[in-house]
Amino acid sequence: MKHSIRSLLAGAALIALTPATAVAEDLVIFWAEWDPANFLQELVNEYEAETGVSVTVETTPWADFQTKAFTEFNARGSAYDMIVGDSQWLGAASEGGHYVDLTEFFAEHNVAEIMAPATVKYYAEYPGNSGKFWAVPAEGDAVGWSYRKDWFEDPAEMEAFKAKYGYDLAPPETWAQLLDIAEFFHRPDENRYGVAIYTDNSYDAMVMGVENAIFSYGGELGDFETYKVDGILNSEANVNALNDYKKLYSYTPPGWAKTFFVENNQAITEGLAAMSMNYFAFFPALLNESTNPHAANTGFFANPAGPTGAQHAALGGQGISIVSYSENQEEAFKFLEWFIRDDVQKRWAELGGYTAHAATLESEEFRNATPYNEAFYQTMFKVKDFWAVPEFAELLTAANQRLYPFIVGDEGTAKETLDALAADWEETFKKYGRLQ
Amino acid sequence: MVTSDTVFSRLEPGSQAASRGLSDIAIRNLFIIPTIAFLIIFNIFPLLYSLAYSFTDFRASTNAPANFVGLQNYRDLLGDEFIWRNFTITAKYVILSVSGQVIVGFGLAMLLNRQIPLKGLITTLLLLPMMLSMAVVGLFWKLLYDPSFGIINYALGLGKFEWLADPDVALYAVAIVDIWMWSPFVMLLSLAGLSAVPKHLYEAAEIDRASSLYTFFRITLPLVAPILMIAIIFRTMEAFKTFDHAYILSSQPTTELIAIRLYKMAFLEWQTGMSSAFAYIVLIMVVAITNIYVKYLNKVKAR
Repeated sequence: MKHSIRSLLAGAALIALTPATAVAEDLVIFWAEWDPANFLQELVNEYEAETGVSVTVETTPWADFQTKAFTEFNARGSAYDMIVGDSQWLGAASEGGHYVDLTEFFAEHNVAEIMAPATVKYYAEYPGNSGKFWAVPAEGDAVGWSYRKDWFEDPAEMEAFKAKYGYDLAPPETWAQLLDIAEFFHRPDENRYGVAIYTDNSYDAMVMGVENAIFSYGGELGDFETYKVDGILNSEANVNALNDYKKLYSYTPPGWAKTFFVENNQAITEGLAAMSMNYFAFFPALLNESTNPHAANTGFFANPAGPTGAQHAALGGQGISIVSYSENQEEAFKFLEWFIRDDVQKRWAELGGYTAHAATLESEEFRNATPYNEAFYQTMFKVKDFWAVPEFAELLTAANQRLYPFIVGDEGTAKETLDALAADWEETFKKYGRLQ
Repeated sequence: MVTSDTVFSRLEPGSQAASRGLSDIAIRNLFIIPTIAFLIIFNIFPLLYSLAYSFTDFRASTNAPANFVGLQNYRDLLGDEFIWRNFTITAKYVILSVSGQVIVGFGLAMLLNRQIPLKGLITTLLLLPMMLSMAVVGLFWKLLYDPSFGIINYALGLGKFEWLADPDVALYAVAIVDIWMWSPFVMLLSLAGLSAVPKHLYEAAEIDRASSLYTFFRITLPLVAPILMIAIIFRTMEAFKTFDHAYILSSQPTTELIAIRLYKMAFLEWQTGMSSAFAYIVLIMVVAITNIYVKYLNKVKAR
């Protein structure tokens, strides 16, 4: 009896200790639920094979990704060791003490040189130009465009287009051409429309769409160092950009008033629009014949240049950060060290992840791997982003409240809209003591 | 009548409870104390805690301590043009939605109060919408409203009419969904009220050759009014809190109800202090409106 009790206790002790040891070696990465997260899980399985440390990529739908992440941060929970968070979160997460400072890691491993400069600036550094880094660029992404190659290459269409606009029908290189082509293909009677753009104002969709215009028109959202907005956001270039974005809205399919990545891919798969704006991360689905009957006829191009020749795009994607409350920070640093290795970044791209690794992006192999990789490569060196301050969501709300009624509801003028938004943003910055 | 003796007599002889000889008070406490504790922990405590937050600049997304700002949050909210717009939209939505539900629900109840074939099956089918998830209903109606392939435009011959993209129409479209979903609730309560109206009153009215309108306004409506008022109170409170299907159906600023604005403020912007104040303003409004209804209900009952 005594012996069996002793065996029982020993067994219980073993059971109690085993998971504890496993937990200490396991790493959990939190991300949104989408294909790149599945690709990352495939990649980290190779890390486990190499090191014996298991890594789980835990996901949640996009709609509650931010809420769930910050709820865990606020509770100082250690459920996640790392998080692949949005670039806008940098301010809130770093000032809130939720992210581990990676500045030394960056210096030690030359991360700022390894990754594409624009991705380091927007995915990793906060405050702007401070030299303090909080994330390793993980999933590069930006807004690009898909288009119907068969419509563009139809001889009758090409002839009619040239006769009307005086130049050849081809993927647009400028926003002026983009507007012409959208107008040309907009034929509601044929159930064919010019363009699909972002209009959802629940979070950042519509703002990202407008940014695509603003940045390529040579405009800025404000001064990221002084937080001055008036005179910058409501500049003439931005007024023109906003007017043209609104013009694009008039060439969208009917009911295009709450649209984001799902609807914009549908515009191509359902044969509704000639061109469609979307994040590169959603383009693989357009090449899949089982999800897109027009896959063979779908092409891609980078966000076109504006009237001054400036060419930029709104940034998507995320950087990977170590959570301050993780009990496995040492192991997480080792993982990041592995993750930035050249061969791992190459493998990440092969699996379908959008690497921000400069050498991989520049390689011929990567640029020719898919029909959209060339456009992605061009874009990732020209991306710009929204404010990353802790109060970014308040700035987004104000932008949605001002931009949406103008673009969709046809209320007021572009100048009035941007003047009002500039005043809103400056008021917010004053409230948080960033602007005097 | 159930006495303590009968309770004890049902206890298993020799069981722990019987041997301890639990008194009525002990048994009552055994049921009440956990409920009270649950209410205090999950309702009262958060309620008071959020009241305290409403006077601070606390943001749950940061590690910064909460600073007392007095009535600043309330002042900012009540002086914000967008918040007033949200209140106006919500008021319009509540009136549209609740009045629609009362008209449709009561009308259906009047129809079902007669002897019609397959009455049971029809009643069950009519109750189905309110058994669905609101999020599912939102997604489902988004497809029905679609200007390109939605069945509503096809059935009504409206061409490419934009239900959700037109800022002036979107709120009506959201209210129609709520009416479709919750009219059966009003119908159910009204049906209960109608079946309780004594038949002899109708017989007397018939003998007196009273018109059907006279019968409706002098007999049916006054007798069903108390139960109808209860339905209106419930539906008004629920309509005030509408979030799910309105959030899914439309992004229009003209459909941004207070619950949607509150959600964005609390969980996207993480303005915890401000959103707590906002929630209290909404609470006060709902309590005030409910009180008006309850007073009216008591008046109706007294008649």
